[in-house]
Amino acid sequence: MSNQAVKVVTDPLFNNNPIALQILGICSALAVTTQLATSLLMCLALTSVLACSNAAISMIRNQIPSSIRIIVQMTIIASLVIVVDQVMKAFAYDLAKQLSVFVGLIITNCIVMGRAEAFAMKEPPGMSFLDGIGNGLGYSLILIVVGSIRELFGSGSLLGYQILPLVSQGGWYEPLGLMLLPPSAFFIIGFFIWALRSWKTDQVEHADYQIHQVHRTEVV
Amino acid sequence: MAGLFNMNRNGVAYVVTVAVGVCLVCSVLVSAAAVYLKPLQTQNAKADRRQNILAVAELGGPGVDVNAVFEERIEARVVNLETGEYVPDLEATNFDQREAAKDPSTSTKIPPSDDPAGIKRRANHAEVYLVRDDQGEIETLVLPIHGYGLWSQMYGFIALAPDGETVKGINYFEQGETPGLGAEITNPKWQQVWEGKKIYDENGEVQLRVIKGNVGSDTPDAEHKVDGLSGATLTSRGVSGTIEYWFGPRGFKPFLRNITDGQIGKG
Repeated sequence: MSNQAVKVVTDPLFNNNPIALQILGICSALAVTTQLATSLLMCLALTSVLACSNAAISMIRNQIPSSIRIIVQMTIIASLVIVVDQVMKAFAYDLAKQLSVFVGLIITNCIVMGRAEAFAMKEPPGMSFLDGIGNGLGYSLILIVVGSIRELFGSGSLLGYQILPLVSQGGWYEPLGLMLLPPSAFFIIGFFIWALRSWKTDQVEHADYQIHQVHRTEVV
Repeated sequence: MAGLFNMNRNGVAYVVTVAVGVCLVCSVLVSAAAVYLKPLQTQNAKADRRQNILAVAELGGPGVDVNAVFEERIEARVVNLETGEYVPDLEATNFDQREAAKDPSTSTKIPPSDDPAGIKRRANHAEVYLVRDDQGEIETLVLPIHGYGLWSQMYGFIALAPDGETVKGINYFEQGETPGLGAEITNPKWQQVWEGKKIYDENGEVQLRVIKGNVGSDTPDAEHKVDGLSGATLTSRGVSGTIEYWFGPRGFKPFLRNITDGQIGKG
């Protein structure tokens, strides 16, 4: 792979993460991360939709009239989401049942539309496909981190295997109920962003305004 | 195609052509996926249903071949809810209660005053599952129930002893209640407290319900009460309503009476 291709795939992991830096796709990151298994399936679904929609939109980017470009992108994304949903119902029925409506909501996931508009409309199909994979991985990274933490501390297990024995089953671990509720994902994503920006300080946003320091002499 | 490239890029004709083209390609893709994957999906849904029936009848478990055990141990029958008798001409394996409830010719509208479960329409027939012991006597009855909770229709199965009133197990296999609160109806620990509860009181009225708070050893009438789910009052109320409806005279009561009277038990 050329340098540019590597950059397109790896940049969205830490340098330009769609969730941590662009703060997109938060809704599903809150909703499906109570368990690691559902998080993983969601990552897979979103990454495949994103990569395919980027490639498809890029292929016809020169043919799409600008007056209907958003609706054309939406149609392509929506069709891919339905296909992915059908495939999941055929091959991962139990997990698909738990994800239910959130797979359908990939259509409204800002990352997919965002990449279509920002990248696929300008770049060739191959590069757009890689961009989709990269951003899908960036999204997946956050979901896997959040999903692992929430399942481990909320139910004491990982991928369904009991790791911390629960009090209710004769163990010692009292599960943190908050971890099962969506707000906990807010906290975890917040901490993740904090850690990421402490490491990569160029991601810190500068304040839009500065509080003017008033000295006593000025008042007098 | 050559004509397409010569068209004015901002003209109405071009825009319409591209829109129609995109729609055509997308619809072919979507329909192909739906048609091609349909058999697998129906198979999954059927296996899922069977697995839940086995689980509530305590025949399931990890590593069990769902289809083999189901074929061997479970007898599926269709019951006319009005009369409580078996219907001979509806094969249980092809009957779909949920489809039947939508069709006015095979279902009955329920007036709101008689509808504690919030289901609005009820199919005239229902699928029941019988588990028999070695002597051919009924060991467990598995009945499908559903009712409205806070957000969703909650679909489940309830397993009864042959006396037609002692609960052997309950499970919910499809629901959309609040995760962590109402969705606790799928928690095996909560489902366990149902075991041994009685549905009817001495007058034959449905008495079993989900209460607020926990049932202790000193709670009066504990055999008719199930622990409430904390933070899920409306879901709990929906479960109580579901029991009230499905074991009332418009639900399975006529059928259960036939079973306990021994009128159709051998059939």
